[in-house]
Amino acid sequence: MATLTYRNAAAAGLRQEMLRDESVILLGEDVAKAGGVFKTSRGLYDEFGAQRVFDTPIAEQAILGAALGAAMTGMRPVAEIMFADFLAVCWDYVVNEIPKARYMTAGQFGAPLVIRAANGAGIGFGPQHSQAVETWAMTVPGLKIVSPSTPADMKGLMAAAIRDDDPVLVLESKALLATKGEVPDGELVIPLGQAAVRRTGQDLTIAALGSTVPTAQAAAAELAAQDIDATVIDLRSVVPLDAGTVLASVAETGRLVVVEEAPAQLGWGASVASLVGEEAFGSLRAPVRRVCTANVPVPGSRRLEERYLPEVHHVVDAAVATVSYVHRSFVDSKG
Amino acid sequence: MSIESTLTETGPAVSLRLEAYAEMYRIRVFEQRAARYAMSNMTTGPIHLATGQEAVSVGFAACRQEQDSMLCTYRGHGHAISWGAPLAGLMKEMLGRSGGVCGGKGGSLHLTSAEHGFLGSYAIIGAQLPIANGVALSHRLRGTGGVAVCFFGDGGTNIGAFHEALNLAAVWSLPVVFVCENNLYMEYTTTTEVTAVKNPAFDRAAANGVPAELIDGNDLVAVEQAAGRAFDRARAGDGPTLIEALTYRHTGHAHGDPAKYRPADEVEAWLARDPLPAYRALLTAGGVGEADIASAERAVDDEVSAACDETEADAMADPAVILRDLWADGSSGWRH
Repeated sequence: MATLTYRNAAAAGLRQEMLRDESVILLGEDVAKAGGVFKTSRGLYDEFGAQRVFDTPIAEQAILGAALGAAMTGMRPVAEIMFADFLAVCWDYVVNEIPKARYMTAGQFGAPLVIRAANGAGIGFGPQHSQAVETWAMTVPGLKIVSPSTPADMKGLMAAAIRDDDPVLVLESKALLATKGEVPDGELVIPLGQAAVRRTGQDLTIAALGSTVPTAQAAAAELAAQDIDATVIDLRSVVPLDAGTVLASVAETGRLVVVEEAPAQLGWGASVASLVGEEAFGSLRAPVRRVCTANVPVPGSRRLEERYLPEVHHVVDAAVATVSYVHRSFVDSKG
Repeated sequence: MSIESTLTETGPAVSLRLEAYAEMYRIRVFEQRAARYAMSNMTTGPIHLATGQEAVSVGFAACRQEQDSMLCTYRGHGHAISWGAPLAGLMKEMLGRSGGVCGGKGGSLHLTSAEHGFLGSYAIIGAQLPIANGVALSHRLRGTGGVAVCFFGDGGTNIGAFHEALNLAAVWSLPVVFVCENNLYMEYTTTTEVTAVKNPAFDRAAANGVPAELIDGNDLVAVEQAAGRAFDRARAGDGPTLIEALTYRHTGHAHGDPAKYRPADEVEAWLARDPLPAYRALLTAGGVGEADIASAERAVDDEVSAACDETEADAMADPAVILRDLWADGSSGWRH
């Protein structure tokens, strides 16, 4: 075991796969000589050289277009879009070209590529550099969407994303870049679509993703002090979604709180809540609750940004309300 | 010969060939049949004819090598055919039949035949230029010696992806050939009305460091010569070339568009420059017998008719395929 930061674990995952497969190339703005603006590709240009690691102009369509063309013809490109918000600049490739390449050609070729992007709020970049975009991407069938929450997951999920024969969006939480964690030595690959149960409790299930996993874990610790025992599920990816792990947990606890870095009006958590409502209705002892961001753009000031994000006390409050919920008709019938 | 060029090379010798004429004729007849299907509501969605632009397709395809790749626009029947895609597979795709090149999932707008190096017709204007760069980069990294050829329309030159792609191709010195088929009209509006330069692709190539030529796209000999120069440059490692080929679509933007926005004298002038009779006359003047030409035309007529018969006999795409091929494992599930 080595202790790595989340950002260094990203580079470690890339390095592991670049050593293994010479068709893996990296392209993006400042990713080569500068090692990435978030230092998530540090050392790779020095080790693998100019034929594997490419600095690009600030031209996101050129970046994703090149990645797609290379992926269609035998390469495994990893394209960095510096901030996930900038996916809007090359949205045609994200929604029209990359996820449809295989389907609309009936499998004549695929797009085995990774789009990686720094995602979400937490370091004060304001409304256009802080959005968490899992939900944006989730509106289009054909993209796998991964959000690691720990350094080990970053390395192992990055490796799996690169090996995957389908396009994968790896969203790297800016709030977690400096966090540290144990990462197993040697080759690490964590299959896509397998949620991690971070904590097991009998009273309720809390489902989280990426940046909201530490929030959910901190909330679970506070809840434990109030004798509320929570299961915390780190979904790791929303496509493919490990619905089975969530449904199995809800079957045990009868209660679900989803903690998502997305506005309430549409979020990946709404899909999770919807399928639990449809498929675990008989187990539910309380309404599913979603703890979301404020339904506004991400504000710039640090304190405003903190308030924007789901905070630990929001999760605790939602969990307490869920656990103490009593169905009205049940009360009435008891009369 | 080129009308204007930022290159200094002279063109390779190009021989007149009956099969090149037959290929243009094949495209012409195929599109006539496709138009008839479209007007009978037998196609899925709109079809966009390139009738009148055949020389561009055939001229570039004549210079390709087997390992080369091609990407084009939704006005791509001619490119698809000249690159070797099967007539029946193309027609079936346009009619939503199960034996279509994309199994009915692409339709006329998204014809693709990867086994022939035809990596797709793209229906989002300009989207294919950056993708062609990636194909070219891949050719270089894999050491195939291949070149990526990317066709686009005059309307595609005002979109950001055009400029992003040219710059990156030049910076990375990619083996890619960008071919603007300038048929004067975007959909219903002329490109010159909304474009600040006279030659929408050629005039802008230099700004992105890409050598360029402006050619008569209805002159098959001129097209082949320019294509040969561009392929040679790419294969020699000298980077991208842009060719703007002046041409004209004889029909409207899509089937059903009577194209009344075009002045009659303009249409008349361009019909007089139809690449098929022009090349046919060259063949005749070069000593190819009328009987041989007519015989070649009849053979193509039969070939297209056979493809159409096969298409009409094919079943409509089976709804059972709808959930296939989203993911590499063939499935389309998003959760488990």
